[in-house]
Amino acid sequence: MTDDVQTLVDAVALGSIYALMAVGIGLVFGVLRLVNFAYGQLIMAGAYALALTNDQPVLLSIALCFAVVLALSLALELAAFRPLRRASPTTMLVATFAISYLLQSIALVKFGAIGKIVVVVPKLSEPVTIGGVHIRWITIMTIIVAVLVFAALMVLLTKTTIGLHMRAASIDPATARLLGVRANAVITAAVLVSGVIAAIVAVILPMAVPERLLVGPDFALRETIIVLVGVVVGGIDRLLSATLGGFTMGVAVGLLSGYLPSSGAWPFTSSVYLDSAVFMLVIIVLLIRPEGLFVRGRHAALERV
Amino acid sequence: MTQAATPEHERWPGASLRATAVSRSFEGIRALDGVTLELHRREVVGLIGPNGAGKTTLVNVMTGFDRPTAGSVELEGREITSWTPHRRGRAGLARTFQHSHSFGSLSVRENVEVAALGVGARPREARRRATELLDLLGIERKADARATTLAHGDERKLEVARALAIEPRFVLMDEPAAGLPEGEIPDFVRVLRTVRDEQGAGVLLIDHNMALVMQVCDRIHVLDQGRTLAEGSPDAVRGNLDVTAAYLGESAANGSTASAPS
Repeated sequence: MTDDVQTLVDAVALGSIYALMAVGIGLVFGVLRLVNFAYGQLIMAGAYALALTNDQPVLLSIALCFAVVLALSLALELAAFRPLRRASPTTMLVATFAISYLLQSIALVKFGAIGKIVVVVPKLSEPVTIGGVHIRWITIMTIIVAVLVFAALMVLLTKTTIGLHMRAASIDPATARLLGVRANAVITAAVLVSGVIAAIVAVILPMAVPERLLVGPDFALRETIIVLVGVVVGGIDRLLSATLGGFTMGVAVGLLSGYLPSSGAWPFTSSVYLDSAVFMLVIIVLLIRPEGLFVRGRHAALERV
Repeated sequence: MTQAATPEHERWPGASLRATAVSRSFEGIRALDGVTLELHRREVVGLIGPNGAGKTTLVNVMTGFDRPTAGSVELEGREITSWTPHRRGRAGLARTFQHSHSFGSLSVRENVEVAALGVGARPREARRRATELLDLLGIERKADARATTLAHGDERKLEVARALAIEPRFVLMDEPAAGLPEGEIPDFVRVLRTVRDEQGAGVLLIDHNMALVMQVCDRIHVLDQGRTLAEGSPDAVRGNLDVTAAYLGESAANGSTASAPS
């Protein structure tokens, strides 16, 4: 029983991380219609910034992580996304594949294939016992941070001018532009907010997921793929459904890895059956609800066929 | 027959939106053929004619959604033929669409605010305008509802509110009253008069409801097959309706809703 609770709490924390990544990807998709496959490499860059400054004061290290991720986000927007503004979504998706592998290659050349240990706040990895259930501090922190980020995002999107413009541009870019919404300003804002979220994930992920204690060139790549699947399964057209899709995938992965037989020594304890099980669930969901798990009505999916 | 100048216009020299000898061809078909139309501030001009006469094309050309193949558009003396729709918006030119372009998952109020913010209003000012306009259009009780939940008539009103949110000096309305119940037409007439008299805007009104057009318009411009068929005061045009009846449908001559031939 307590094991079940423990697994559930861990799964919810993993779901929170995936939900954060989903909302980061969803924000940019909303204003650009761009599926950013390179999102994981933003997180990777942040994690390298942390790993390379392990001996520095933790706040400095985290500040550097944010600076690196935001600078890289802005560079991607200016150098890659902006020149492709009028390109088809497929072209843009392929471009982000290229960016993702370019960044992985740069990391490989610069830092080598062997992972570097990321130490942020070791104390957060210690467990606390609540009613016989052992929960690590970072698990609790992850859930709290995710809730705070979503609350802040809610305020940004509903109470500020730039937020209102972001939502308008997500719904109908042409009409929004017509009404004077400045496309580049809105897109830059979305890219930066998305970058802030990537930086937050870069800080949390190495502590929250034992396998991600080491940062290598493919850091967060697997998470990105699963989150992208979750975003599509949830319904990419709306931020909420995309986020719920990411969250659901995280919870599913967390629960499955809790119950499937483990296949290696800590920290590489995830099951070889995990991916098969996760994607079998995805296939079932897509068969039952091709329009997206959290999308009301069918029109959204049909329009894109 | 073009005699329609009122003293009001003389007090606003050059304060007009003018399409001069505008033509627009689509793959050989002349949608507009040398049409000249001038809209002054503080007047409502009706633009009528059968379907396919070129009414929406003329509005598209005047608001920058389409470029004329010949002719020019001027706003208060400035040549704006090549300006984008948004640049024209900032210069005080607004329009409504035949089909609603509202942001479905935004609230009704937010839809109006986005338009006000887009022309540089401060958030507080945008909020004030939204409140005022929703009140004027009589949809203030729907302010917090999602735009998708609106009935068709209310959707048309939101479309008008959003056009007015930029505080336009000229507003071109493409069938804003289509789908409004007959009982709500007087309210809409009141809205148009408020826009003209209190906000001092010039309104170009496309509508098939002849009773509405005859009642509210200071001047009427009749288009047919891309050409100007008649132009002048409602009475002058009505006198001419013998000629135009064939195009507008018999019922137009009786002053009721025209069933436009297609």
